Amino acid sequence: MGNGHAQCRHLGQIAHFFEGVCFGLFLSMSIVTVQLGQCGNQIGFEVFDALFNDSHCPRGLCSKKENEAYQASCKERFFSEEENGVPLARAVLVDMEPKVINQTLSKAARSGRWKYGQHSCFCQKQGSGNNWAYGYSVHGPRHEESIMNLIRKEVEKCDSLSGFFIIMSMAGGTGSGLGAFVTQNLQDQYSSALKMNQIIWPYGTGEVIVQNYNSILTLSHLYRSSDALLVHENDAVHKICAKLMNIKQISFCDINQVLAHQLGSVFQPTYSGEGSFHYRRNPLGDLMENLVPHPEFKMLGVRNIPQMSENSLAYSTFTWAGLLKHLRQMLISNAKMEEGIDWQVRPPLSGLPPLGKMSVNREIHFNTSIANLVILRGKDAHSADVGAFKDPALYTSWLEPVHAFNVWKTQRAFRKYERSAALVSNSQSLVKPLDRIVGKAWNMFASRAYLHQYTKFGIEEEDFLDSFTLLEQVIASYCNL
Amino acid sequence: MGYLMTFSHVLSFRVVGDGGSISKGKICSLKARAVLIDMEEGVVNEILQGPLRDVFDSKQLITDISGSGNNWAVGHKVFGSLYQEKILEKLRKSAEHCDCLQCFFIIHSMGGGTGSGLGTFLLKVLEDEFPEVYRFVTSIYPSGEDDVITSPYNSILAMKELNEHADCVLPIDNQSLFDIISKIDVMVNSGKLGAAIKPKSLVTSSTGVFKKRQEKPFDAMNNIVANLLLNLTSSARFEGSLNMDLNEISMNLVPFPQLHYLVSSLTPLYTLADVNIPPRRLDQMFSDAFSKDHQLIRADPRHSLYLACALMVRGNVQISDLRRNIERLKPSLQFVSWNQEGWKTSLCSVPPVGHSHSLLALANNTCVKPTFVELKERFIRLYKKKAHLHHYLQIEGMEESCFSEAVSSLSALIQEYNQLDATKSMPVEDLPRLNVAV
Repeated sequence: MGNGHAQCRHLGQIAHFFEGVCFGLFLSMSIVTVQLGQCGNQIGFEVFDALFNDSHCPRGLCSKKENEAYQASCKERFFSEEENGVPLARAVLVDMEPKVINQTLSKAARSGRWKYGQHSCFCQKQGSGNNWAYGYSVHGPRHEESIMNLIRKEVEKCDSLSGFFIIMSMAGGTGSGLGAFVTQNLQDQYSSALKMNQIIWPYGTGEVIVQNYNSILTLSHLYRSSDALLVHENDAVHKICAKLMNIKQISFCDINQVLAHQLGSVFQPTYSGEGSFHYRRNPLGDLMENLVPHPEFKMLGVRNIPQMSENSLAYSTFTWAGLLKHLRQMLISNAKMEEGIDWQVRPPLSGLPPLGKMSVNREIHFNTSIANLVILRGKDAHSADVGAFKDPALYTSWLEPVHAFNVWKTQRAFRKYERSAALVSNSQSLVKPLDRIVGKAWNMFASRAYLHQYTKFGIEEEDFLDSFTLLEQVIASYCNL
Repeated sequence: MGYLMTFSHVLSFRVVGDGGSISKGKICSLKARAVLIDMEEGVVNEILQGPLRDVFDSKQLITDISGSGNNWAVGHKVFGSLYQEKILEKLRKSAEHCDCLQCFFIIHSMGGGTGSGLGTFLLKVLEDEFPEVYRFVTSIYPSGEDDVITSPYNSILAMKELNEHADCVLPIDNQSLFDIISKIDVMVNSGKLGAAIKPKSLVTSSTGVFKKRQEKPFDAMNNIVANLLLNLTSSARFEGSLNMDLNEISMNLVPFPQLHYLVSSLTPLYTLADVNIPPRRLDQMFSDAFSKDHQLIRADPRHSLYLACALMVRGNVQISDLRRNIERLKPSLQFVSWNQEGWKTSLCSVPPVGHSHSLLALANNTCVKPTFVELKERFIRLYKKKAHLHHYLQIEGMEESCFSEAVSSLSALIQEYNQLDATKSMPVEDLPRLNVAV
């Protein structure tokens, strides 16, 4: 598995080296986003919209100069300048049918505030038929040159490239199959740039019948070619919309907006260090270095607090102590939102061995982390006490506690939240959902159902078995933390 | 994008001439991507003189005079070889007009001679000439009271071709369509829906002239089938939050190549007056889709085994509505052990004209088996007596082995369904997983 255990550390070090060389230039490094398929493009739009609107938020709760620095940093990272001053998203839009891209382009242009480049799109007409094999083996090679050219053009516009976001779903055919193919190409052609795949996990009950096949093929391929997989689960986000945002008739737009909020809360600018007032140049590199110390453990999840509808926000106040206490318990008990947290779950007492190895069948168990990153935004962030996250009991033993936990801060408030916190973790919390997907795919595979649809395009039973083997390995590794 | 070959109806269009801006309401510059084929002239002539005459390209026709005499062999062997070149020529021409040809819709009946014989001959031609293009077949199966004596022969011979050369078949029977129309008539005439019925609703063909419909029920019945195809393609034609293309139907609903027969049900079957229907009425739509009254073929999916199910929703329906209803309906439906969550869903924002939302359910379900079993029994009753057999055997290329092979093919298919049904009451267990060393 993986070509060099030290690769991630190494890449992070490269990023820091360049940072050192460019000392004195505080320009943010840029991220190029590749949006794939219906899901990728719909979400991509919401992400850029959220990033832009937040950076132009009049409040911000900080000085004008501070706000401008924040804006500039966000802009450099995610947008490039067009001639008449309208920012262009640093993005490449790819889909195998035209409707969604057309909609996405016009939505962005309509806003009048930012837009996508006219020539940043690659589109076909017939779709991928929810078939991973078609996306990977047919569309991939056929359109490789065109897509990589578009990406190259976008990269050339960056003064300094940090890496790529690849936004894709696992369930369909384009995002999943073509997404895996493109990621592989990025690994080959941009080996010094980082790749973070934003993967959307489908609802457990059907969006697509062959979603579990598409998922295992995607995950196994990405595990070999991506640097980190930031996982967003539709089921979890749906619950947030229902319980926290109080939305009655939840649409995909609602789901995507919550997701965009989560991503924005992680990747908007933060100070580069304790006591620093310059914004971090390379959050992607820093995040990778902090959270992915070993290539066998690449699955990351994100949690936010608070998360609520705008109406409720006006009547709520939070303290850092309260927010952090909830966030910590969400991590420990593997809750994906701040409602329904199980406060009974506790970390094992230090010095004592953990309460037996994790089993996917155990209901209540303590969620062990490899590494965590907490991001604090808003009023008096510098005074927030994150000590409870440094407790070694939260972590597996093979990292020094000082390396296992990091915190980023900024005074500048995020959107309308006076205080807000995000937590990005590399922990056991995705094991159960992954196990469920693998289990369902395995049951279907045993009956050989739908396989003819994949073998038709060159994905054989052996490829499935390879994927199963790799993912069982990942599950076992995480279970044994 | 799609291409239609039909013996009765039309769906997608190409623009004739310079392809410039099309003024609203003028369909004369739009031409159907269609080839109309009949070995008699009556029906095709009627279409070409009717209100849709400008929609069809008069060069995309293939007709003859004598008809196929309700004989599959005449349609398949005689007219097949006679018209093969001409058909290919017209198909190629139409294909050239497509930027991206994705699928063929073939619409025909099983019980007659032309639709059944020549229609299935064409399937093989399409497979050879355009191997990568999907072949969707809408087949009208003969009802019990069918007046064509040889329909069992024609149907069985056609079934073999459908088994081997179609990607997806939507079986429909006239009795179900007639029952649906009758129900609509009752509702409308009894005044139950009162002023809510829009006379120009596309569910019914003529403008509120119900007497006329009773005289010519086939127009209304065909309209139901047309609506089926409209809904099937809606997500490919219009925008939505969860699109579904035609190639996804085959991918998700056909787990094994032979098992490609899908039971369809449509709702609503009459116009609803309200535009913003509160959730309760919306949920009623989902329940209706699983009721026998809304199916286009007589079958009982609720008491049989689902292999897969697709829900194609149109209108102001969101993902939470869809999920709520799946959760609600799931417990009363039996899914095969390896596909317990076998749902494929799509959300298209644009509802059908005159409605606020609609739902098309496509089910791959073992409930089609009785239809095939009945077909086989009717065939055997006829074949045992050798009735009318000479009409077939006298055609060059036809031998008794054609019949025996066709029956074997159908028997094998029935056996597949039997084996699946046998798993129905078995408890669902997770299979042991791969063991990996860590």
